[in-house]
Amino acid sequence: MTVFFDNFDLFLRGFAETAKLLVAAGALAMVLGTLIAVTRVSPVKALRIVGTTYVSLVRNTPLLMLILLTYYGMPRLGIDFGFFGNITLAMGVYTSAFIAEALRSGVNGVPLGQAEAARAIGMPFGLTMTQVVLPQAFRLVVPPLVSQLIALTKNTSLAATFGIAEATFRLNGMLRDYASERWVIFAGYAAGYIVIVAVLSSIAIYLERRWKVSR
Amino acid sequence: MSSPTVLFDAPGPKARRRHRMISIFTVIALLAFLAVVIWRFNETGQLEYALWEPFVTPAYMELIGQATLDTLRTAAVAIVGAVAFGVIFATGKLSSHRIARWPSWLVVEFFRAVPLLMLIFFIWSLYGFKNGILIPLILGLILYNGSVLAEVFRAGMNAVPTGQVEAAYAIGMRKNAVMRLIQFPQAVKVMLPAIVSQCVVTLKDTSLGYYILAPGLTVAGRAIWREYDNRLQTALVLAAIYILLNLLLTWVARMLERRLNRSEANAARAVNEAARAARA
Repeated sequence: MTVFFDNFDLFLRGFAETAKLLVAAGALAMVLGTLIAVTRVSPVKALRIVGTTYVSLVRNTPLLMLILLTYYGMPRLGIDFGFFGNITLAMGVYTSAFIAEALRSGVNGVPLGQAEAARAIGMPFGLTMTQVVLPQAFRLVVPPLVSQLIALTKNTSLAATFGIAEATFRLNGMLRDYASERWVIFAGYAAGYIVIVAVLSSIAIYLERRWKVSR
Repeated sequence: MSSPTVLFDAPGPKARRRHRMISIFTVIALLAFLAVVIWRFNETGQLEYALWEPFVTPAYMELIGQATLDTLRTAAVAIVGAVAFGVIFATGKLSSHRIARWPSWLVVEFFRAVPLLMLIFFIWSLYGFKNGILIPLILGLILYNGSVLAEVFRAGMNAVPTGQVEAAYAIGMRKNAVMRLIQFPQAVKVMLPAIVSQCVVTLKDTSLGYYILAPGLTVAGRAIWREYDNRLQTALVLAAIYILLNLLLTWVARMLERRLNRSEANAARAVNEAARAARA
């Protein structure tokens, strides 16, 4: 027990890195995912094809492959955003495909009448989307979006051997250093992740209640 | 469900012209992007034959083929184990006894909330961090995917129309018989697409064997790039293999879905939704 608390600063620093990755990759994924979702419902066929291809390619690639490509591959091509930037890019791109899918199902879930009414008063596609459909779609997709952020939280652990000292990296180090205490160490780090997941899901429940549209 | 066309009017001549412009622009942008990528590859010498050589050398192709089989075998073992794990804990969660329901809930929630890689590292530590063993990877995959599948099975059982269950109780069946003879056979059909997409997740996660040096595609790739110093090329080839395998599985799922009738398809969609929520 004491070993875990003696190294509590490592634990906290690890989870601080995890949180940093989560915020950076999450923001990137949200932006990219929204753009891709728009292309997937747009009236232009070429854009739809691009969006669909992107989603099916990224979703079927293991995250580790994307990390290898951005972390080892891109610098070879002379493109380098640093450790943190490259890993964030891989995680953001990976998560964006799932976020795009969640948003798209949200767009499809907005009642037909809303888009029809927007069109009836003469709104073009851009306005229909930004003023009427997307704001409602975002509310509908709060739970699936947060699930994707929770998945991202767990996926940040993949940075462990790529030069970022996040929580799973610290866990691995401590398991190696203090083998006799491994159950306590494991329980402690598991609790850390569970706290992040619990915070995210309570935010989801709060937002869902607050933004609920009465129909 | 609305079709995407409800979002915009049927395009008139002007809109059609605009759409054509956007299409052309999209194609040009894509081509430009590809051109830049190829130019960068060429500029930095990444197109050198020596770097791609292993992927057309029979000995290395055999190595990659063998590694693909290893990966598929790992995924298959993990899926079978996960299905067994899922059945047991779904039964536990559906039980009418609190003493079975409560621990099942706890186990499923725990393994869903903890990162798979962390689980794998922990199990690996129990084996003294020995190189080249598959057990931590397989066990980790079973625990995580089994927990997700437990949720899938539970949602599938609950998706069977209540009339069916009530009718079974009405003719005097016990809970055990109702679950086994009435709910389960109908639920299996509806759950199949969700189970297949869980197979895709499992297959993707076999790549985590990289972290513990367990035999499989990623570790074979590591061996190749250590020899040829061609990480970029190896990662591209491995990604292509994974994408191909997964597209194949996704196609199977779609075929299965197509064989369902409409009410079953709706139930299958609900189960899929539950699976997506459970995965996070």
